[in-house]
Amino acid sequence: MDTTIRAGRRQLLQGAAGLAAAGLAAPAVHAQGAVTLRYVGTAVNQSKEIKDKVKEDLGITLEYVPVTSDDVVRRAVTQPNSFDVLDSEYWMLKKIIPSGNLQGMDARRIKLVDEITPVFTKGEIAGKKIGDQGTAPMKVSYLPTQNGKSFATSPTQWLTLIPTTYNADTLGIRPDKINRPITSWAELLNPEFKGKASLLNIPSIGIMDAAMVVEATGQHKYADKGNMTRAEIDLTMKVLTEAKRAGQFRAFWKDFNESVNLMASGETVIQSMWSPAVTAVRSRGIPCTYQPLKEGYRAWAAGFGIPKTLTGRKLDATYDFINWFLSGWAGAYLNRQGYYSAVLSTAQKSMEAYEWDFWMLGKPAAQDIKAPDGTVLEKAGAVRDGGSYEARMGAVACWNAVMDENDYMVRKWNEFIAA
Amino acid sequence: MTQRRDWAPLLQAAPLALVLLLFFVFPLVATAVVSLWNYTEYSLVPDVTSRNYAEMFEGCGNLSDGLCTTFRTYISTLRLCGLVWLCTLVLGFTVSYFLAFHVRSDTVRMALFLVCTAPFLTSNVIRMISWLPLLGREGLVNQALVGSGVVDAPQDWLLFSDFSVVLAFVHLYTLFVVVPVFNSMMRIDRRLLEAAQDAGASGWQTLWHVVVPLTKPGLVIGSIFVIVLVMGDFVTIGVMGGQQIASIGKIIQVQMSYLQFPAAAAQAVVLLGLVLLVIAAMTKLIDIRREL
Repeated sequence: MDTTIRAGRRQLLQGAAGLAAAGLAAPAVHAQGAVTLRYVGTAVNQSKEIKDKVKEDLGITLEYVPVTSDDVVRRAVTQPNSFDVLDSEYWMLKKIIPSGNLQGMDARRIKLVDEITPVFTKGEIAGKKIGDQGTAPMKVSYLPTQNGKSFATSPTQWLTLIPTTYNADTLGIRPDKINRPITSWAELLNPEFKGKASLLNIPSIGIMDAAMVVEATGQHKYADKGNMTRAEIDLTMKVLTEAKRAGQFRAFWKDFNESVNLMASGETVIQSMWSPAVTAVRSRGIPCTYQPLKEGYRAWAAGFGIPKTLTGRKLDATYDFINWFLSGWAGAYLNRQGYYSAVLSTAQKSMEAYEWDFWMLGKPAAQDIKAPDGTVLEKAGAVRDGGSYEARMGAVACWNAVMDENDYMVRKWNEFIAA
Repeated sequence: MTQRRDWAPLLQAAPLALVLLLFFVFPLVATAVVSLWNYTEYSLVPDVTSRNYAEMFEGCGNLSDGLCTTFRTYISTLRLCGLVWLCTLVLGFTVSYFLAFHVRSDTVRMALFLVCTAPFLTSNVIRMISWLPLLGREGLVNQALVGSGVVDAPQDWLLFSDFSVVLAFVHLYTLFVVVPVFNSMMRIDRRLLEAAQDAGASGWQTLWHVVVPLTKPGLVIGSIFVIVLVMGDFVTIGVMGGQQIASIGKIIQVQMSYLQFPAAAAQAVVLLGLVLLVIAAMTKLIDIRREL
């Protein structure tokens, strides 16, 4: 009697172990206790859906550490042991890589590395070169050796980041309050919108939006808007200061919600904005357009990096997670929010045809377009602002950047705020 | 035996002294030291350089192209600070006076006092954001003004202006004046007021010659709170000023976010020096300890 029970229990345990093993996806068997990865990044990509799906597919627990973009840099430089995965933007690398705190990722361990969009690997789209002013991802994607502290000029085996999301930013406008077509960055400083314009108060990004305006009004042609000379910084800040003193700006904004509130409350009618913020204004039933402009877009890109100190099981788990991220589900999830994913082929397979047509091909929506959480973003028949992936990413003029004269620029920006 | 008596007070004071040393003196010394360091995009370079101070006051000697950034920023911050100080002092004094001398029942007094703390029941940021639908161009106040025909067009100065910054500060910090002033007022011997009345003083004379002098310690303590809080603030000035109004706190925050810690440390040291000077001047005029 006693023995039968014992045997029964042993069988039960074996059965349970077998079940657990079968439940985990084949490529990543994290059976010997669950792995937890500390994931530092801005909240943009840290969604609960992704976390749940990773747990389900890989058995890996993601521990999100949401911080501001400034803090991503600060963490990576000053506390490199406080994370396992770093969700960083490409411009940040100019500060992070020289600190030697990230390790180059082995391209051979990234299954879909050859499928990554040419925006990152060649700086082109559909065979055409796109703007590479500023910190274009191409320039900072590769390291000469695994522990390199400077960037390689041509593709190598060692990647700094594996791209996750990227997008092309432009001005947001309130078409109901402007009532005429807006086609140029110059409109941001048009006195017609006095007291109704706004700019992003993040110096390195704000100054590039200003540079787009300066170029659009024909006051100066920059060799590289993302890497200005001192004279160019002075000129740009002078234009901005004059506009500020004339009362052009209603306010500057620093975070996502501020930009949404300014636009939704009617305080501003034209301002620099992020794509999901435009969606947020529109989902309140307030008309808002992410206006394509003839001078092109200011683009940004983000990706995963791993700290130098990461080894063993955690390192393996990180590679598994990154491979999973490129394998389709996450890409589709990001594309449905208006961002772009790094590997398009797999994302396409995870999206419905009508979704792909709307988000990526710029075709009118065949049926209502829904956000990942099910809320209706666009009614059937709507067309995405700016059109297709190729039209939007192909018209990129410059990338978010860190300038060589960054210190000087920050001092000048403070001067501008005090003016 | 005598030995032990000498050591006992030192030992008793040791825990607090240690805590202060670790969490107050050490960070302060570190800030001062780092303000002399050099820095690059991604690293701090231990050094003794005047770079951070030199850059801070760059162009300040030359007044022909207007004031330099640092002076302008200090003037902007000090001006806001002065306005807020004045408003909170008058308002705080009035509220305390009402609570201390006009409310007779202790229960009602406590209840009203708790009402004063109501602004602290929500988060700082939410409190500030909620001004937007009230004061904005399409906000309630403007709707009421335009609707009642007082003004023709919505008023822009209500939000993202000096006015809105001062308003938010007064809303946030008046309590910091009310508490110490109320405390001082409650300690005033009521017989003094009766004596003043008996000696033929009018209400205003009693207020000015008896109540105000006796509440000076409370006023000074409240002032110190307000000045210290406003001088170092960057969130309220940022949100309510539409990020367009300069403040020292904002400069320090921007520098920190670009990893320019030594430059930020130098700013902090200068700010600290200035605030200490102000406090020293105030405590010189009124000895808080003796009058407490």
